[in-house]
Amino acid sequence: MKSSLKMALGLASAMVASTAVSNVAHAEDLTLCWAAWDPANALVELSKDFTKETGIGMKFEFVPWTNYADRFLNELNSHGKLCDLIIGDSQWIGGAAENGHYVKLNDFFDKEKISMDDFVPATVVGYSEWPKNTPNYWALPAMGDVVGWTYRKDWFSKPELQKEFKEKYGWDLGPPATFDQLKQIAEFFQKRQIDGKTVYGASIYTERGSEGITMGAMDVLYSYGFQYENPKKPYEMEGYVNSDKSVKGLEFYKALYDCCTPPGASNSYMGEGVDAFKSGQVAMHMNFAFTWPGLQKDENVGGDKIGYFVNPKGPDGDQFAQLGGQGISVVSYSDKQESALKYIKWFANKDVQAKWWSLGGYSCLNAVVKDPKFPASQPYAQTFLDSMAIVKDFWAEPSYAPLLQASQKRFHDYVVAGQGSAKDALDGLVKDWTQVFQDDGKM
Amino acid sequence: MLNRTAENVARATPEPLARKVRGISDKGLAWLFISPTILLLLAINIFPLFWAIYLSFTNYRANRPNEVVKNLGFANYQRILGDQDIWIAMQTTAHFVFWTILLQTLIGFTLAWLIDRKFRGHAFWTTLILVPMMLSPAVVGNFWRFLYEPQIGLFAYAISFVSGIPPTNIQMLSNVSLAPWSIIIVDTWMWTPYVMLICLAGLRSIPEYIYEAAEVDRASNWRQFWSITLPMALPFIMLAVLFRGIENFKMFDMVNLLTGGGPGSTTEVASITLKRQAFESWRTGYSSAFAIILFVAVFGLANIYVKALNKVKQR
Repeated sequence: MKSSLKMALGLASAMVASTAVSNVAHAEDLTLCWAAWDPANALVELSKDFTKETGIGMKFEFVPWTNYADRFLNELNSHGKLCDLIIGDSQWIGGAAENGHYVKLNDFFDKEKISMDDFVPATVVGYSEWPKNTPNYWALPAMGDVVGWTYRKDWFSKPELQKEFKEKYGWDLGPPATFDQLKQIAEFFQKRQIDGKTVYGASIYTERGSEGITMGAMDVLYSYGFQYENPKKPYEMEGYVNSDKSVKGLEFYKALYDCCTPPGASNSYMGEGVDAFKSGQVAMHMNFAFTWPGLQKDENVGGDKIGYFVNPKGPDGDQFAQLGGQGISVVSYSDKQESALKYIKWFANKDVQAKWWSLGGYSCLNAVVKDPKFPASQPYAQTFLDSMAIVKDFWAEPSYAPLLQASQKRFHDYVVAGQGSAKDALDGLVKDWTQVFQDDGKM
Repeated sequence: MLNRTAENVARATPEPLARKVRGISDKGLAWLFISPTILLLLAINIFPLFWAIYLSFTNYRANRPNEVVKNLGFANYQRILGDQDIWIAMQTTAHFVFWTILLQTLIGFTLAWLIDRKFRGHAFWTTLILVPMMLSPAVVGNFWRFLYEPQIGLFAYAISFVSGIPPTNIQMLSNVSLAPWSIIIVDTWMWTPYVMLICLAGLRSIPEYIYEAAEVDRASNWRQFWSITLPMALPFIMLAVLFRGIENFKMFDMVNLLTGGGPGSTTEVASITLKRQAFESWRTGYSSAFAIILFVAVFGLANIYVKALNKVKQR
């Protein structure tokens, strides 16, 4: 009895001791927070090298896109210590900087000789700077992303379809150069029978809950001449947001939704778009570039069957695309900022960035994307580069959330529910955004 | 025996503690025992309520902790009551509450009346009918989203089979006119069994001798239903309506899963608007005012209803 008691006590002590030792060993583990998507898996793989080099373990907190903003903005607003590093959405930068959620990185960059000139300019402005176009850095550009298009190369190259298309529209069926051409292609494929299946024109963003329809509509509106504000007078939106050109752009987006999307695609975003393309439902597919590596590898629609094209031009020849992507920041509430900064330093390294691209992440480092071998490194690499050269982004103001909610409502009410006119929607948007900026004391 | 146990317990109580509790009255002891619960209730229920009332008079935003909080007086309330979108959300909520309650009460009572006949296999049918109620709303929402899917959904195919309309034209969740009904159908499917259970309890509580007396008086089945069954089951029906009314007034999960408030704002009920203002737009003061308005509305209506229910019970 006595010996068994001793044994039990010994075992218990050993367990307590081993737990304590393991806690000490993992005391410096870093937690990185991001969205749950393909690039996150690539980052897990990449980060193993960091652990090998430094002995610092990495833990990951990935949340699906639909809850990503809710979850992590709550975490930051409550000054939570869950995330040491966060890859936050580009639009968060203003709020995160002004509310002190992110550590300012200027001194660190100077000390470690990390220059923002080494990164693609659009990504520096989009992911790192607040206020925009000033040298105040809150993140290192981590994942370049932009809205572009994929298309079914195999369908486009069918001789009978090429012939029919040429007869109908007078130009060769191929990746569209303008939005009008894109709509013609979408109309051509809508409800067409291909390989015994009914297919549809295009999958576009229509999601209501988070940011979907805004990302999709803006992707078109920019090239039609939409501007957020008077370039000479900040926050003056009348005549810019609701200009005649913007109205035409929004009318086009609705027309595209009405004519050429699959049935029931009224709440479609990144995941639904990928599903529609992968299942062979659509001829063209609007989505962020991060989806392309996965689609390229897909057995049914990837390989030679898929092609990529940059967002087409608007009626006046303007060509822009909606910026996606994120920068990586150190959370100011973290107790492990030193280790987190080590990770940023490691991540900025050229070799790490090259590996990041090879694993499926989108590097923003000039040395990687301007490498002569880069355009041929993947079938979508050139489209990605061309798209990144024409990006525009949504408001990155601290009040980006109510600004986004207003556009989600106005666009969905008009495009999907068919309520009112495009002019009503954009006039309403000016009213809503004005109210937000007035509440902020900026107007 | 009991005294001896009490004595043993008293003797075993450590002296310092015994000294403290000595002389506490029964009432004091009762308060001592329930005080943890009361404190918990105050902390997680009453305090947040008063805090929300305080916030509703301010411009506080939870995502701007460093910003100076200004007192706005009744400005948030004025803005909400003058906001057309809020009134549209309230109308959508009222439409949803009215139709779900009407359908659930009619179908639920009918099912209860049929089950009460105690036909062969009635226990099996009761269990089967109760299944939807036992499922998680998250599961039900996702499950129906697939059923409503116009290209692969069984619902669209079933309607197409009956009506001859192509299934791809039956877009329950995308069509502005059909989307509100798609949610009403799912809520009715899920919660009618609940109403049925309460009604069944009401029907089973009616003493058999009343029907026997009615039989002696040669009252027809129809007469028995209107003069005995319905009046005596009415308090139970009203209770079911109250429960479902309160639940559906704050309906969130099903709407969020099925339509997310869309298409456009067609199915945006008050709770969805509230969530968007509070946790997406981060207008904490504004959304607190909206929450208080909703609370007062539900509380007021429920009070009036409970008074009516008591009157019916007293008859």
